[in-house]
Amino acid sequence: MLKAKIYVKLKASVLDPQGKAVTNSLHNLGFTDVLETRISKYIEMNFTSDDREKVSQEVEYICNSLLANPNTEIYQYEIVPLEQNLEN
Amino acid sequence: MRISVVTFPGSNCDYDAYRVCLSRGHQTKLIWHKDTDLANPDLVILPGGFSYGDYLRGGALARFSPIVNEVISFAKKGGLLLGICNGFQILTECGLLPGTLLMNESLLFICKHQYIRVETEASPFTQSIGKGKVLDVPIAHKEGNFYTDSETLKQLQDNNQIIFRYCDKQGEINLQSNPNGSLDNIAGICNPQRNILGMMPHPERSATDTVPTQDGRWIFEAIEKALE
Repeated sequence: MLKAKIYVKLKASVLDPQGKAVTNSLHNLGFTDVLETRISKYIEMNFTSDDREKVSQEVEYICNSLLANPNTEIYQYEIVPLEQNLEN
Repeated sequence: MRISVVTFPGSNCDYDAYRVCLSRGHQTKLIWHKDTDLANPDLVILPGGFSYGDYLRGGALARFSPIVNEVISFAKKGGLLLGICNGFQILTECGLLPGTLLMNESLLFICKHQYIRVETEASPFTQSIGKGKVLDVPIAHKEGNFYTDSETLKQLQDNNQIIFRYCDKQGEINLQSNPNGSLDNIAGICNPQRNILGMMPHPERSATDTVPTQDGRWIFEAIEKALE
């Protein structure tokens, strides 16, 4: 079985007000060397299949059609064995 | 006129829209999102609310509801389609309108009266109102910050697809009159064929005698005149 670890991020050109607010709070906490913070989504998805190629194709389609909004977001993912991740 | 208002799980302005349409003498139906028949309407309204709890992104999951295929096919045949607030978000997620509604720049849910200016008469939703008319129509959203790439923004401007812009009482468009950070103060846009309107302000919340402003009536009247 396989696990997809998917990151959906705002494109660099899109303003991230949440990230900006967190940066301001970190500055107030004293971490004045924090230049920028960007908030992203991390999604885990488990598959019954062991076929990496098939799962990759599915994840690609899932990201394009639902998880990421192509107007504002980009995605990246990795496919790992499910067992390995459970140990973590 | 026959109006169908679609109810998604989490819609909360469906009854407001339904009652306004009924009060204006229209044959109005509430259509459940799992239905596959729009009941042969002249106008479809996708109401405001939090369809599917806004999970993932506002409107992202609603577009997979069975009725949405019917809504898309109705609009592609030229039927009038009005998406209000969450309805606007659904229209962008379906690809019927360009752009995305991002989180408000202030990160706050904003619920207040807001002036918007009619930017063009060239739409069935505004043709009888008149360009430049300032309307007081309330907003209530956290994700209303309209964003698109610069090329699409230019197309919207060049094709006269920007229907409403946020403004002040005098109709001035500036940073102070922009409540949520929307690009170019955009409050509502239409498609190139001009039969689909998405807008963040709520005309259905300002169209009865029981609320302090009735400016939303201008928009309902315009649609009625367009369909006469």
